[in-house]
Amino acid sequence: MRARLQAVLATAALVLAGSALAQDSTMDEIAKYREMLADGNPAELFELKGEALWKKARGPKNASLEQCDMGLGPGKLDGAYAQLPRYFPDTRKVMDVESRLVHCMVSLQGFKEEDVTRQWFSRPGKESDIEALVTYIGAKSNGMKIDVPARHPEEARMAKVGEYIFYRRSGPQDFSCSICHGQNDKRIRLQDLGNLTTQAGAGVAMSTWPSYRVSQGAMWTMQRRLIDCMRQARWPEPKYLSDSVIALQVYLQKNASGTVMQTPGIKR
Amino acid sequence: MHKTLIAATLALLASLPAHAQERTPSGAASVKNDVSKQAEQIFRSSFRGDNPKFWMDRLEQDDAMRLCSQYRDNPPAKLRQKIELAQKATIRYPVDGKLIGDWKEGEKLASSGRGGHIGFIQPDAPMTPRGGNCYACHQLAKKEVAYGTIGPTLHHFGKLRGASDDIIKYAYDKIYNSNAFTACTNMPRFGLHNWLTPEQITHIVAFLVDPESPVNKD
Ligand code: HEC
Ligand code: HEC
Repeated sequence: MRARLQAVLATAALVLAGSALAQDSTMDEIAKYREMLADGNPAELFELKGEALWKKARGPKNASLEQCDMGLGPGKLDGAYAQLPRYFPDTRKVMDVESRLVHCMVSLQGFKEEDVTRQWFSRPGKESDIEALVTYIGAKSNGMKIDVPARHPEEARMAKVGEYIFYRRSGPQDFSCSICHGQNDKRIRLQDLGNLTTQAGAGVAMSTWPSYRVSQGAMWTMQRRLIDCMRQARWPEPKYLSDSVIALQVYLQKNASGTVMQTPGIKR
Repeated sequence: MHKTLIAATLALLASLPAHAQERTPSGAASVKNDVSKQAEQIFRSSFRGDNPKFWMDRLEQDDAMRLCSQYRDNPPAKLRQKIELAQKATIRYPVDGKLIGDWKEGEKLASSGRGGHIGFIQPDAPMTPRGGNCYACHQLAKKEVAYGTIGPTLHHFGKLRGASDDIIKYAYDKIYNSNAFTACTNMPRFGLHNWLTPEQITHIVAFLVDPESPVNKD
């Protein structure tokens, strides 16, 4: 906790030094950072809320999520996030943390998928259970190594699909993921862009999610991050939990494998 | 097609380094096509059903996009030349033939990264004017410190290269269709996509070459 707060302070100082001169919303940014520094990483509140949601009997079947199998066996959460996405024999699909979580909410608790995913990300005044639960599940992998070797043929296939999408250019700006994230040491405006095709770059990026985004005042999951990058690419909007978003995660987690998770993260 | 066979081949492919596939002339190439076909299908079916068709059209690829994707932006020399020639042929000029406009307008366009964001979560308001977003990737005027580094610095572009007709035409052509000079560059093709009008491009050209422009003055 103490080390984490120090890291937060250091990042905040850095970000302020960099962006204070340049961005219109500087005052907003400063106010938000002040708030954040007073409380530590706000993600910790989501973690607590997620834990309560995980353990509480809810839904038409009045069940908790404690029997949910995130890949390591029912209820076994330690290290599970770091090994996702993976192939699940029961659904015969490669699933990421969010698709698996929704699967559990549907199969164990009896919720309808459309109901539990309606609020898959939060908006001002509208919190998202999914964000809290993913933060809790993620935190159970803090300090563990990302391990997605993609050895199962279905996982290997999804890694290839993700790689294909990573280099696929289209849209009115000719963008692909690679034009922003395919080289070392580049930045767009002032935002650093890691090279997601290398272990180092993908490692830095993937190990710190889910993340509290100070500029958004919200917790973001990896689905949210990737769907927003597709918005930045000026593409149409992907479906939440769709295969291409999962495929990209398999590709990125595979590249990042070996990196120690530091989650929940806190970012610009 | 046999599912197990595909799975087995894919597992094998996954264990090869990425470049090996492109260099293998026959067998591996066709397997690679299978992956691309599947991947393309998965990609296209991953979008929300209520995206209007004119949004979905943004997923279509012209020859340049398709080839650049296939070769990961690094096509062999011959293909590179072919792409550049074809892209050069797309360039259109303003009716009055004047390629240099007003640098002040150009500065505004270069600074704005707005426009063109679609989707349901955080789209730009309809009719938001589109900017050139040059600062996302380039350093230009010295006073703007929030510049990206995906492209080279353009600070002192005119001071260093002058403002000859050739340089003005080069700057215009480059912004209109960046691929005319560098196949598969990371820089968008602003004129080709009608992202910027020819007239707007002339303003940005002025921002780059006019001696009074802050790109050259400071
Ligand atoms: C036009 C630019 C652009 C495109 C295209 C783009 N991204 Fe991003 N990406 C960004 C920016 C900007 C950030 C946030 C960096 C920051 O806030 O510091 C980001 C962040 C990320 C992160 C989190 C990195 C981290 O360190 O936390 C991942 C992962 C990512 N992008 C993946 C992708 C993928 C996959 C694609 C293609 C589907 C893609 N991006 C397309 C600009 C882009
Ligand atoms: C997403 C990134 C990106 C954006 C946005 C972008 N560029 Fe570029 N630009 C590049 C890259 C990368 C290069 C170097 C490779 C090449 O020449 O295409 C480049 C090269 C150039 C060059 C050639 C420089 C030389 O030395 O000959 C000019 C001129 C240029 N850009 C102008 C612009 C202007 C003006 C805008 C905005 C209207 C712009 N660029 C927007 C990425 C970008």
